[in-house]
Amino acid sequence: MALEMSGEYDLPQKREIVWKALNDPAMLEKCIPGCETLEKLSDTEFQATVKLSIGPVSARFKGKVKLEDIDAPNGYKIVGEGEGGVAGFAKGQASVALADEGEGCKLTYKAEAATGGKIAQLGQRLISGSAKKTADRFFENFVEALKEYR
Amino acid sequence: MSATGIGAAVRRKEDQRFITGTGNYTSDISRPGELRAYFVRSPHAHATIKKVDTKAAEKMPGVAAVLTGADLANDKIGGLICGWAITSKDGTPMKMGAHPAIAADKVRCVGDAVAVVLAETLRQARDAAEAVEVDYGVLPSVVDPAKAAAKGAPQIHDVAPNNMIYDWHLGDKAATDAAFASAKHVTKLDIINNRLVPNAMEPRAAIAEYDQGNDALTLWNTSQNPHVARLVISAFVGMAPEHKLRVIAPDVGGGFGSKIFIYPEEVVALWAARRVKRPVKWVSDRSEAFLTDAHGRDHVTHAELAIDANNKITGLRVHTIANIGAYMSTFSSSVPTYLYATLLSGQYAIPAIYAEVDAVYTNTAPVDAYRGAGRPEATFVVERLVEVAARELGLDPAEFRRKNFVKSFPHQTPVIMTYDAGDYDASLTKAMDLIDYKNFGKRKAESEKHGKLRGIGFSTYIEACGIAPSQAVGSLGAGVGLWESAEVRVNPTGSIEILTGSHSHGQGHETTFAQLVSDRLGVPIETVSVVHGDTDKVQFGMGTYGSRSGAVGMSAIVKALDKIEAKAKKVAGYMMEASGDDIEFKDGKFTVKGTDKSVGWGDVTLNAYIAHKFTGGQLEPGLKEGAFYDPTNFTFPAGCHIAEVEIDPETGKTTIAKWVAVDDFGNIINPMIVEGQVHGGIAQGVGQAMLEGASYNSDGQLVTGSFMDYAMPRAADLPSFKVDTTVTPCPSNPLGIKGCGEAGAIASPAALINAITNAVGHENVPMPATPSTVWKAAQGGMKKAAE
Repeated sequence: MALEMSGEYDLPQKREIVWKALNDPAMLEKCIPGCETLEKLSDTEFQATVKLSIGPVSARFKGKVKLEDIDAPNGYKIVGEGEGGVAGFAKGQASVALADEGEGCKLTYKAEAATGGKIAQLGQRLISGSAKKTADRFFENFVEALKEYR
Repeated sequence: MSATGIGAAVRRKEDQRFITGTGNYTSDISRPGELRAYFVRSPHAHATIKKVDTKAAEKMPGVAAVLTGADLANDKIGGLICGWAITSKDGTPMKMGAHPAIAADKVRCVGDAVAVVLAETLRQARDAAEAVEVDYGVLPSVVDPAKAAAKGAPQIHDVAPNNMIYDWHLGDKAATDAAFASAKHVTKLDIINNRLVPNAMEPRAAIAEYDQGNDALTLWNTSQNPHVARLVISAFVGMAPEHKLRVIAPDVGGGFGSKIFIYPEEVVALWAARRVKRPVKWVSDRSEAFLTDAHGRDHVTHAELAIDANNKITGLRVHTIANIGAYMSTFSSSVPTYLYATLLSGQYAIPAIYAEVDAVYTNTAPVDAYRGAGRPEATFVVERLVEVAARELGLDPAEFRRKNFVKSFPHQTPVIMTYDAGDYDASLTKAMDLIDYKNFGKRKAESEKHGKLRGIGFSTYIEACGIAPSQAVGSLGAGVGLWESAEVRVNPTGSIEILTGSHSHGQGHETTFAQLVSDRLGVPIETVSVVHGDTDKVQFGMGTYGSRSGAVGMSAIVKALDKIEAKAKKVAGYMMEASGDDIEFKDGKFTVKGTDKSVGWGDVTLNAYIAHKFTGGQLEPGLKEGAFYDPTNFTFPAGCHIAEVEIDPETGKTTIAKWVAVDDFGNIINPMIVEGQVHGGIAQGVGQAMLEGASYNSDGQLVTGSFMDYAMPRAADLPSFKVDTTVTPCPSNPLGIKGCGEAGAIASPAALINAITNAVGHENVPMPATPSTVWKAAQGGMKKAAE
C-alpha cells in the first residue's frame, strides 16, 4: 500500500462503551468524514457512500467496509474499498486497539491506504495530507460523539 | 544568396497565424451534428474485466451510445500493431500481444480504455461515464523493467512468457569479449535513462465523420504522418479501404514523436462515427495525455568500455533492458534496437561493439519514439562512458575524445552504420574556443571562493537521421519504406503549390520548403505555398520524424523541381523558337544561350497552360511534376555540446552557467529555424537531465500525472545558449543537408550530467538530477556508479 499512518487518542469513556460505539453503524456514519450513507449488511459488513475530495478531485465513493480480526472489546481491523467512478478508487485498512487508561481508555490505530486512477494521478502530492486529515477528523468526531454516548 | 533563398534567415511564414490565434488545429474543427466522445479508463494497472454495465449510462441525458470492447470485437475491428519486426537472438520473432482499441477481457495499464460514451456535449459524456459500472478483478502488476522478466512477475500478455518481447543483439560478441580480455583499463557504468512524458503543447484529438452516401470516412487528427495512419487503420485495423478513408492532419501543435503513432482513440472515433452515423469528436485532456500518449526512453543499462595501453578505445559492451509498456506502440520495437545500438560507436573508431537489448512488457503506458528516439539513449551511454573513462585515466576528456575520433570517411562502424562525412575535431575545437575551455580552471577557482562547485561536461554526439533508405530499413524489419514524395504544381499565373508527404507540426516547413523553391526558381517566396497533411491532396508520404523532412522531404522536392525546370525550358524553347536544350534558366529567367532573348517565369507558366505555342503532338500542356525520393544512406549530424554548471553544495541547486553547441548539420536552409530547433532540443534534453521523470508507484499508478508532479523546463531553468555550426555537406542528398530536429535533445543530457558529475566529483548522479539528488551526491551520499 502506498501510504501508512498511525496515531493514538485518549478517549473519555470506558473501553466497553468505546467498543460498543466502534461497532455501532449510526456512530460510524456520524463520524466518518463525508459519510452519506452507512448500511449494515451483517454484523461485520457495511455498505457505505462517502464523499471525498483530494486536491482537485472530488468524488463519491461507493464501497464496502468489513470488520475483521474482531477481539472484543480490545480491537479489530476495519477494511474498506470504494469505487469512485471516473475518479478512480480508494482502499484502506486500519487496525484499531483499545486499552484501559485511567478513567477512560486509549485508542491506537495503524492504517494503510492506497488510491488509483485520477485521484492517484492528480492528488499524489496531497494524498498523505488528505488521508491524515480524514483520519484525524474521524477521531475528533468520534471523541466528540463519545461524550454523549452511552 | 537571395533574401529568401537557401541560407537566409527568413521569418517563419506560418507564425503569423500561429501567434495570432488563427491556426486551424483539430480541436478547432467542428462538424455538423457531432457527438463528443469521453473514454472510461481503467484506474487499475492490471485487472480482468468481469463486467461492463452501461445500462445506467445509456439512460443519462444526451447520451447517444455507450460502446465497449465487446462491441468493437463484434464489429470485427482489428487491433493496433507495431510495424517493425525485431528478431530475437534465437531467430524467433518478437512476441506482440493483441492491442484492442478498447479492452474487452483485461486491462494492462492505468488509462486503458474500457468503454466510450458518446453524447451531445462533453459534459454529458463525462457525466454518463461516471455511471458506467466496471467490475474489475484486480491482478498484481509490474512497472519496473528490471523486474518484469523476473520469476513470478505478473504475466501481461499470454503470447510473451516472462513479459519478454525479444532479446536482441547486435555486433560481434567474440571480438568484443576479446577486446575486454586484453584491455588495460575497463570503465563500467550502470545507467537508467529516465522515462519521459512527451507533453506536446496541443493534446491529441480526433474527429471522425462518416459519409453514408459514399460509404467513406474522414478523420481529422493530430498526426505527424497522416498517410501512415491511413495505411495502418485501413490495412491492419480493417476500418475501411484506403480509397474510402481520408486522413487530414491540419495544424498540429508539436509532436516530438508522440504523434507518429496510431492510437486507440482515433480508431474508436472512426468506428463509432460509422456505427452511430454522426460525426464523433474526441479531444484529450492533459490528464489523459499523461496516461495515454506514448512515453519515451525508459532504459536500464549496464555499459562497459575497454581501453588499451595507448588510451585507444578497443571495445564497447552494453546490456539494456527497454521498457515497452503495456502494448507495443507503432514503432516501439525499433527504438531500443536499430535506432539505439547502431549509434553506440558515437564519434569514435571502436573496433568491436556488442549490444544486447531485452524488450519487456510492463503495466505502464506504451513507450515509443520521443525526440531523438534511441539516439539520446545511445549518446548518453557512449558520452558518459568516455567522460568517466577519461577521468579514471587522468586524461583531459577533450583530448581523450580527440584521440579516438573517426578521422577518415566513409567510416564503417561495427554496428551497421557507414558514416559518410564529418569533421569531429573541428566542432570540438570550435566549441572549446567558444566556451573558453582553457580558462575553466580560473572560473572554477572563482566559484570555489564563493563556496560553489563548478563543473564542465562534454558531449560529442552523433546521430543517424534523414530516415531512411527503404531497402536498408526493410532488411532490418521495417514494415514500410521511408522515402518521401513531392509534387510541384505550378499555376498559370506562376504561383506554386508544393505538395509534400512530410508533415509540419512546428518545424517551419512552410517557410523552408518555400525558400528552396524561391531559391531554385527565382520566384518570390510569397508565391509559394506548401500543402501537407491531407491524404486527399498529397498522394502518399511518410510524414515527419527522425529529422527526415529536410534531408528526405526536400530532396523529393528537388527531384520534382528538376522535372519542372526541364519542362519549363521546353515551353520557353517553343516560345522563343529555340531548342529546349539551348535554354538557360537563372533567377527566374529563361534565356536562349548566347543571345539576349529571354522570357520570364510568369510568361512560361502561362504558356504552359494556354498551350498556344506548341501542339499536343509536341508537348503536353500544363506544368505539374511529382517525384519520390529514396535516400541512399542515413545522414549523420554530429557535433559538440559543452555544458558548464555551478552547484551550491548546501542546497544541491544546479545553475547552468554556460552552454555551447557546435553542430554540423551539413548545409543549412534557414539558420534561424535551425537555431530554434537546437534551442528547443537542448531545453528538452535539460528537462530530461534535471527535471523530468515519469514515475509509477508499485501499484502501477502514474504518480507524476500532472504538471504539479512532472516538472517541465521553463525559461528560467535555461541559460543563454551559444549556438554555432561547422559544415561538412552531406554527400548522399542533393542539398547536402543532414537534419537538425533532434540533435539538441540527443546531445544535451550527457553534457549536463558530465558537467554535474565533474562538479560534485561523483559519477553516480541519476537523471533527473534534481536538487536533492545533486545535494546527496555533493555530500558524498551516493552509491558507486557501477558494480
